[in-house]
Amino acid sequence: MSNIPHLLVHDHEDNVGVVVVEGLKAGTEMFCCVTHDNSTFNLTAGADVPIGHKIALKDLEEGDTAIKYGEDIGKIIADIPKGGHVHTHNCKTKRW
Amino acid sequence: MSSKYSNLTIQGYRRDNGRVGVRNHVLILPVDDISNAAVEAVANNVKGTLAIPHAYGRLQFGEDLDVHFRTMIGTGANPNVAAVVVIGIEPEWTKVIVDGIAATGKPVEGFSIEQNGDFETIRKASWKAKEFVHYATELQREECSISELWVSTKCGESDTTTGLGSCPTVGNMYDKLLPEGIYGCFGETSEITGAEHICKKRAINEEVGERWYKMWKAYQDDVIFAHQTDDLSDSQPTKGNILGGLTTIEEKALGNLEKIGRSSQYIDILEPAEQPNSGKGLYFMDTSSAAAECVTLMAAGGYVIHTFPTGQGNVVGNPIVPVIKITANPRTVRTMSEHVDVDVSGILRRDQTIDEAGDALIEMICRTANGRNTAAEALGHREFSMTKLYRSA
Repeated sequence: MSNIPHLLVHDHEDNVGVVVVEGLKAGTEMFCCVTHDNSTFNLTAGADVPIGHKIALKDLEEGDTAIKYGEDIGKIIADIPKGGHVHTHNCKTKRW
Repeated sequence: MSSKYSNLTIQGYRRDNGRVGVRNHVLILPVDDISNAAVEAVANNVKGTLAIPHAYGRLQFGEDLDVHFRTMIGTGANPNVAAVVVIGIEPEWTKVIVDGIAATGKPVEGFSIEQNGDFETIRKASWKAKEFVHYATELQREECSISELWVSTKCGESDTTTGLGSCPTVGNMYDKLLPEGIYGCFGETSEITGAEHICKKRAINEEVGERWYKMWKAYQDDVIFAHQTDDLSDSQPTKGNILGGLTTIEEKALGNLEKIGRSSQYIDILEPAEQPNSGKGLYFMDTSSAAAECVTLMAAGGYVIHTFPTGQGNVVGNPIVPVIKITANPRTVRTMSEHVDVDVSGILRRDQTIDEAGDALIEMICRTANGRNTAAEALGHREFSMTKLYRSA
């Protein structure tokens, strides 16, 4: 792949992806890759997001389920716009 | 069926019981905490020995004492160990450990401090340790098949890059080497929570899966729910995990399970520090997710090389088992390169495939088995942490 991706997504069913570059700034037109089949797409970062942290691939609403690896990784507890930072402030385990 | 991995060989130490080791330690092993001073004095007297002091071994009972003895005996019995001097406060428990290690056929001798004092114990044990060093240093490495290796895994300071890169790298290694006949081991019972439905299905058959689930559920009920505060989020995921971008235990567990690859299935379940006895294949050991405790238990189970994926940069090592660090996080490679043995950050840049990363890890396993010191060995990381199940009497 000639371009280095900004964001990796495990599976096509996922609604979050992982930032894999340092110093990502809000407004960056991200080059994104789905690792399952190396398909690519573009998405604008809605916030400064550190490497390793997640970004919403579409608008997520309170009560939605966050999907990664094609699996349930927790519940959305505050609305997140497409391109927004997804972490402990707006996503929580369903276990406790 | 042969593959391109079938003909790989390593230079190892073949022990009397047939097992292959990749290191050749002479251990000075304390039975209990109050024998640490004598053990350290002997190791200071005799160069080429290794003392592994620890915090427990008095007034333990029941299952907790069983884990203690299994850990002590298993550590001494590990094929990476050539010979062992055991020192305890009193003779009876010392003998339990000596006899357990002696079953492997390797040289082992016990000393007890009561009615001798530290001075006399250290004098006698030092003579024996010196004899063992002469013995061990004349042992020669010989060519062994890669299929004779026992390779364990546990990840630490995980972040989202471990699930994308370093854990799948270990999984790819297992998918390639388990069919060749190696023994594998994964564990971290508390860290499977969130992916237990997937882990259960990765058993070789339903019976093993049910036993695994029962073990996992017992941990949830007896430990987590019995001792939880408002939630477990301050500990699992850890603060380091959260800094690295992991949000929930489910997300962490899914990344963790990438370590067993796409096709590998576990064939049996091990108690903490238990040696596998169901033949070659992958095992699940019931362990803590704390790095040093987990690696210590797997080493006591007989595993001779540990593969350790990390995201944010865990620095753990082990006294007797080389711990190979693998990371896909480019920031960790940049800031902590002295701890990294296998850099797979190319996976995140999409210029390295998981298949290529798996091959790079297999190459590093062979080099490590042949004698290359890992980063953790070079930096002196010898964390030896006993697992304690409950309060002593």
